[in-house]
Amino acid sequence: MKFTLKIWRQKNADDKGRLVSYMVDDISPDSSFLEMLDQLNQQLISRGEEPVAFDHDCREGICGACGLYINGRPHGPLKGTTTCQLHMRAFRNGEMIYIEPWRSGAFPVVRDLIVDRSALDTIIQAGGYISVNSGGVPDANTIPVPKPNADSAFDAAACIGCGACVAACPNASPMLFVGAKISHLALLPQGRIEATRRVQQMVAEMDALGFGFCSNTYACQAECPKEISIANIARMNREFLAAKLAAEKEQTGGFTI
Amino acid sequence: MGATGQKTFSSIASKVLMALAGVFLLVFLAVHLGINMLLLVDDGGKSFSAAAGFMSSYPVIRIFELALFGGFLLHIVFGVIVSIRNRWSRPIRYQHKSRSETAPFSKYMLHSGVVVLIFLALHFIDFYFIKIGVVAPPPGIERHDFYSRAVLLFSDTTYSAIYLVSFVVLGFHLNHALQAATQTLGLNHPRYTPLINAASTLYAIIIAGGFMAIPLRFTLFN
Repeated sequence: MKFTLKIWRQKNADDKGRLVSYMVDDISPDSSFLEMLDQLNQQLISRGEEPVAFDHDCREGICGACGLYINGRPHGPLKGTTTCQLHMRAFRNGEMIYIEPWRSGAFPVVRDLIVDRSALDTIIQAGGYISVNSGGVPDANTIPVPKPNADSAFDAAACIGCGACVAACPNASPMLFVGAKISHLALLPQGRIEATRRVQQMVAEMDALGFGFCSNTYACQAECPKEISIANIARMNREFLAAKLAAEKEQTGGFTI
Repeated sequence: MGATGQKTFSSIASKVLMALAGVFLLVFLAVHLGINMLLLVDDGGKSFSAAAGFMSSYPVIRIFELALFGGFLLHIVFGVIVSIRNRWSRPIRYQHKSRSETAPFSKYMLHSGVVVLIFLALHFIDFYFIKIGVVAPPPGIERHDFYSRAVLLFSDTTYSAIYLVSFVVLGFHLNHALQAATQTLGLNHPRYTPLINAASTLYAIIIAGGFMAIPLRFTLFN
C-alpha cells in the first residue's frame, strides 16, 4: 500500500514545529501503524535525515506508551484500539494521513510526536497511598467484595493512562482518566479508607496542572482504547461532592470548594 | 487554601454550580411556556393578561424573579469562565479537524448559549424594561399590556423569524442540558441514564416547539 503522510516535526520544546509531507510505498496492509512509521524512519535514516520520534513500548496495546493523533482521532479510526494495534488495512490505499502529537497545555511536545505526559503521573501521586498491612500473603477472599463492584473496579483499572481522553476532549480535560483512577480504588474496600481525601487531592492537582474542565461531550469515551465509561466521571463527581459536603470531618484542610 | 494552594472554585464545583443553575432555568422555562400557551387561547388575551398580571404582582413571584436573575447570572458567568479556561488548556490546536464522535450538539453549548443570550437581551428590551418603565412602550400600548405588545411584535415578520431561529437554537442547547446536568451531578445509572437522555430530548422539543407555536399562530394563521 501507498500513503502520503503529513507528520508534525518539531526539533525540541522551543522549536515552532510544522507539518512535513512524506511518501511511503510498499506498506503491507498487515503492518501496524508503528511498523509503517518504522519503515518510513528506515528510509529517512538511509537518506541521512532525522527519523521521526514517537513514543512506543510494548506494542501489544497494554502499556499506554503509544499515542498519535491520526486524521483527527487519537489512536486513529478504529474503536477500542491503541495506535500500535492499528493496522494499515484500516486505511484506504493512497490515503493522506495526518499524524500529530497529543495537544494539551499540560502535555508539552518534547520532540516530533512525543509529548511529556508526566502530568498524569503527578495526578496519581497526589492521590497518595492506600492502607494495607504488609507481611505475609493474606488468604484469598478475606476481604469480601461484591461481584458488581469488583467488575466495575476492574473495568476502571483497565485504563492504561495513555492520555487519549485528553487528546480527544475539546477542552483537553483528563476527567475520564482521573475518574477511572478514582473509581477503581473507590469501588474496593481497600480503597475506601483514604477515598475522601484522595478524590479531593487528585481533583485539586488536576485543576492546578491547567487541564480544561469536562463539558460532557463524551469524545473521551468514544476514543478510549480501553473503552472506559463516562460512568466513572459521574462516580468521581459523586465522590467529590460527598467528600466536600458530607464527610465525617474535613479531610484536606482549609477552604476549597 | 487546600493542599495545592487552590483558592478558586474547583473544576467539579464550577460544573455543579452551572448544572444547578441550569436545572433551575429549565423549570423557569416550563413555567414561562405554560403562561405563554395562554396566548393561543382565543379570548382576546384575557386569560394571558390575567396570568401575566399575577406574575408581575404576586410578592412570592417577585422573590423568585430575583432568584431567576441570580440563576441566569450564575449560569452565564460560570459558562464564560469555564469556556475561557477550556480555550487556554489547549494553546496549540490540531491542524486536522477533530473527527471524534461526540454527544449531539454538546460541542456547541457556548455558541448556542450566546445566541440565546442575545435573544434574552432583546426580550428584556421588548418586555421587562418596558414593564419597569426604563424603556417607553410603543404608542397606544399601556406598559403592563403584554398581550397587545406580543401581538404587535409577532405581526412583524422579521421579529417572528428572529424568535423562531432563537428557539431552534435553544432547543439544541436544551437537548444536551438535562442529561449533561445529571452526569455532572454524579447521577449515572445503567437503567435511568438512557431514560434521562430521552427525557432531555423530549423536553427540548416541547419547550422549543411550544414557544415556536405562538409566532406561527400569529403570523401564519391570523
